[in-house]
Amino acid sequence: MSAIELTKLTLRRSGRTVLSGVDAVIDEGEFIGVFGPNGAGKTTLLQALLGLLRPESGAISIFGQPPLHGNPLAGYMPQRRAAMAELRLTGWDVVASALDGHRWGLPILGAEGRRQVAWALETVEAVEFARRPIQHLSGGEMQRLLLAQALLGKPRLLLLDEPLISLDPRYQQAVVDLVKRVQQALHITVLFTAHELNPLLGAMDRVLYLGGGRAKLGTVEDVVNSAALSQLYGAPIEVLRVGGRIIVVAAHGEVEAHAHRHDA
Amino acid sequence: MPIATMLDYDFMRSAFAAGLVVALVAGAVGYFLVLRHLAFAGHALSHVGFAGATGAFLLGLTPFWGLLALTLAASTAMGLIGERLRGRDIAVGVILSLSLGLGVLFLHLYTAYAAEATALLFGNVLAVSDANLRALAALAVVSLLGLAAISRPLIFATLEPELAEAKGLSLRLVSVLFLLIVGIAVAEAAQVVGVLLVFALMVSPAAAAQRLTTRLKTGVALAVLLALAETWAGIVLAYITDAPPTFWITLLSSGAYLVALLVPQRLEAASTRP
Repeated sequence: MSAIELTKLTLRRSGRTVLSGVDAVIDEGEFIGVFGPNGAGKTTLLQALLGLLRPESGAISIFGQPPLHGNPLAGYMPQRRAAMAELRLTGWDVVASALDGHRWGLPILGAEGRRQVAWALETVEAVEFARRPIQHLSGGEMQRLLLAQALLGKPRLLLLDEPLISLDPRYQQAVVDLVKRVQQALHITVLFTAHELNPLLGAMDRVLYLGGGRAKLGTVEDVVNSAALSQLYGAPIEVLRVGGRIIVVAAHGEVEAHAHRHDA
Repeated sequence: MPIATMLDYDFMRSAFAAGLVVALVAGAVGYFLVLRHLAFAGHALSHVGFAGATGAFLLGLTPFWGLLALTLAASTAMGLIGERLRGRDIAVGVILSLSLGLGVLFLHLYTAYAAEATALLFGNVLAVSDANLRALAALAVVSLLGLAAISRPLIFATLEPELAEAKGLSLRLVSVLFLLIVGIAVAEAAQVVGVLLVFALMVSPAAAAQRLTTRLKTGVALAVLLALAETWAGIVLAYITDAPPTFWITLLSSGAYLVALLVPQRLEAASTRP
């Protein structure tokens, strides 16, 4: 079964058409990097997959079902907020808050709940610092805790919104490698949105490029080349391969013409 | 006055009982208020309550119920504004000053006793009547049961609003329910320290507790204990010295917060980044 099927999907947000008539099929167990300039619809697409935004037209299917608000099959890691870094609570408490956090009542975990939190923390290799206050964690450690939260309830699909944003380059690769290990260990499907292509090169099975209301899904070779990206953006784009890295350049010479930072 | 005979007086027993009830509510609710960065909104709610209480004077009603009614109305409004409330210090402050202004007008129209106004503004825990005490206890039960019922989603929505929303939680519902509980807690705290100083019972103990522990449940317990210790000690000191209990409570609660700031942060020292 495919993990995600988008059929002629059109998404509108605040009166603006963000994606228009997008078709894509993502197989179970794939690691998909989702790229595109700011405003191209990366977060909007994730929200539609989570059932937070209804499609204007077309259909979304997740493991054969329409998107469901609160779908237990989908784990979600929102973009990190600066306010979070100020918290004086332990990582354990913050991760545990997400376990059945939508149910009313007292936050009593019980032995089974504690086991699940411990499992998630072990899976993301965060046990050693989970008892420290969030305030004193590095950006990379923080992302591991948020990933642990997304894994609670053992989802089959992980939707990760810009996990690399505001991370040092040395932590970026560590986060990507960790997500890859988790994905392979648990055999789950991953959608990983990012601005930078290079940290994800070794981890992705395919890329989903968004731009100009359209989307292109395929292997890095098929999608990240001058012809394909120029067609997607409707503007000349050059793709350079330098020492194993990929640099996307607008033809008139501005490396960051599309608000990409393809190189750290 | 000799401490030994302190509990011979009805008003002292009532004061300790009221202090216990209010500290339980203010400490526990205050912890979440501080965690949600809504300390100033809580402060403002009590001022809206002042207009309610003085308005009730004017209509010949019990001031406490006027205070509670208007506080709850304002809670609902703030809850509906929801997450956007954060950082709206100016708007909240404007409503705060307008409420106090209305309160002054109502007092003027009522040509009221300065004593009543002073009690509203600064509290008078030594003058809690039995009927008052029963109302405080009943509302405390309501607010604590309410807090228990929403605590799990409240924590989730506070720490991880985006994730909570994705999991199907209504942030607005949580926000409204919590602020209604805050409204009750504010009305209770105002009975002890007055509408101007609910900060002393709702914010300072909770903020001190958050400095002293990084565990959530320990933090709530500590906030309650601090609020209780400060209230009871304040009543005892007022009994001994004849200075008002509110003065002592604010002094102790500020002092406790200051001490909490100065306590060396063991965890900070032990956990430099790798």
